Amino acid sequence: MISLIDLEKKINSELTTKINKTEIKHNQIYVEINKDDLIDVSLFIKTNKDTKFRQLIDITVTDYPEQQQRFKVIYLFLSHEFNQRMILSYFINEKEVISSLTSIFPSANWMEREIFDMYGVNFKDHPDLRRILTDYGFEGHPLRKDFPLTGHTEVRYSEEQKKVINESVKLEQNYRNFDYESPWEGTKYIKQQTDSNDKKN
Amino acid sequence: MTKKIKKLNLNFGPQHPAAHGVLRLILELDGEVVEKADPHIGLLHRGTEKLIENKTYMQAVPYFDRLDYVAPMNQEHAFALAIEKILKIDVPIRAQYIRVMFCEIGRILSHILNITTQALDVGALTPSLWGFEERETLMTFYERASGSRLHANYFRAGGVHQDLPVGLENDIAKFCESFPKIINDLENLLTDNRIFKQRNVDIGIVTKDDALDYSFTGVMIRGSGIPWDLRKSQPYECYEQLEFKVPVGKNGDCYDRYLCRIEEMKESVSIIKQCLAKMEKGPIKSFDGKITPPPKNEIKQSMEALIHHFKLFTEGYRVPKDEIYTAVEAPKGEFGVYLISDGSSKPYKCKIRAPGFSHLQAMDYLIKGHMLADVPAVLGSLDIVFGEVDR
Repeated sequence: MISLIDLEKKINSELTTKINKTEIKHNQIYVEINKDDLIDVSLFIKTNKDTKFRQLIDITVTDYPEQQQRFKVIYLFLSHEFNQRMILSYFINEKEVISSLTSIFPSANWMEREIFDMYGVNFKDHPDLRRILTDYGFEGHPLRKDFPLTGHTEVRYSEEQKKVINESVKLEQNYRNFDYESPWEGTKYIKQQTDSNDKKN
Repeated sequence: MTKKIKKLNLNFGPQHPAAHGVLRLILELDGEVVEKADPHIGLLHRGTEKLIENKTYMQAVPYFDRLDYVAPMNQEHAFALAIEKILKIDVPIRAQYIRVMFCEIGRILSHILNITTQALDVGALTPSLWGFEERETLMTFYERASGSRLHANYFRAGGVHQDLPVGLENDIAKFCESFPKIINDLENLLTDNRIFKQRNVDIGIVTKDDALDYSFTGVMIRGSGIPWDLRKSQPYECYEQLEFKVPVGKNGDCYDRYLCRIEEMKESVSIIKQCLAKMEKGPIKSFDGKITPPPKNEIKQSMEALIHHFKLFTEGYRVPKDEIYTAVEAPKGEFGVYLISDGSSKPYKCKIRAPGFSHLQAMDYLIKGHMLADVPAVLGSLDIVFGEVDR
């Protein structure tokens, strides 16, 4: 059993230049790297005898449209031997192409296809980069923040043409997103008060 | 003179009854031997993750029921745990036992469905008739606790929605007494059944290394001999205080996975019994009025309760900026939620890690070189439910 702190030290000392930031929270280790070092870092953590992150649990992307480096790519690794989880991440631009992990983790195949489908991020050296979850012939990338919740097209069966057709969405009532968010931060002082009361007791 | 033989492409599904939902599998056949399998998924894609981004945390819970609709509460559990960890709230002990109990009921629900439909796929009808009767009983437990048989919407951050109705605990205890006999009956039908064994033994073998490489979790990895169960290795909730064994397979074939599921059901019954024994009267949700809604009768009396109620059901509670991955051992494997909150009352992103997604991905690897008739057997033992694969 290797503790998270040892693990953090190990990664920092072995991969010094490749690591931008490490942080331990919620009993997991969060590591930020550069885009170009992905293959090196993941190969290291998979094969090194002190880390052994043998399983790639998932890959995902978050979209921050207001940032210049728009997408944050996140990899979740799991080590059975040491019972630890690692969260690897880096930022990329919208147009950037990132390397595929399929040669190291075969399971990355569909995960990367999903990202390609949902966010339009391109992977190089991917054996089979096709859309996966959306319909055949779908356009756009649904999980981007600028993609509307109701989508652009809807399908229906056309009696005249005797086939299923795509047409742009017509809504009787637009999706209404009420802003219920309160402008006040009302709860803090109560928490502080109770905290200080607890300390007194 | 040699003749060139053209390969046959076969569309398996999406309307095939053994495709377990809406799987379109494009098979490349050489005679009856499968050379390549290309699963096309997404026919049940509903954009759950996108929808969750537009709902408050409380409104997002029902979407989790609709992922793996065979074991709804296990999914809610992962989401509730993620929020609780970010908010750093404690769950009362009674609520923990209730949640664990219903998760185990969910596990039995899912395993019954899987075992019996797998038997159905390879030609046995009776197990599903017997098994579904038990599922019906279990779903009435769901209904009595949450009000609905399938889409429970019962777990909340900080506890559960409401306390168990009077008498439910007794009835679940009675079920625990009678159910092992049903497992026995199922085993009598299947475990030593010649046809069932011929169809499952040495089919779809997964080696230890491949199980790791293909991100297998749950029964798929345990069937291959790796003793990995999140309830044991990374205990969440009150699993630490409960005693149970983790059944592990030996050969990693469809038959071993079937045996693992049978044993897991027995363990689940024992966990439910322990929960019932340890459960004491007490609160079932956190006392923090900013997160859990007040009881109905208080709203009529107390101004503060009224305000809390109003705020919770319009704005919802806010979750501080954070990122977290939580996983639970769902019946099908590791079900995880990667939650990114931004301080508002809606999740910024909620990535759902469904076990079936990575299992189905390995279909090509599992089925290569097998006969066409083995496809339903392998598919059955993967335990695929399209609600979670497509999300």
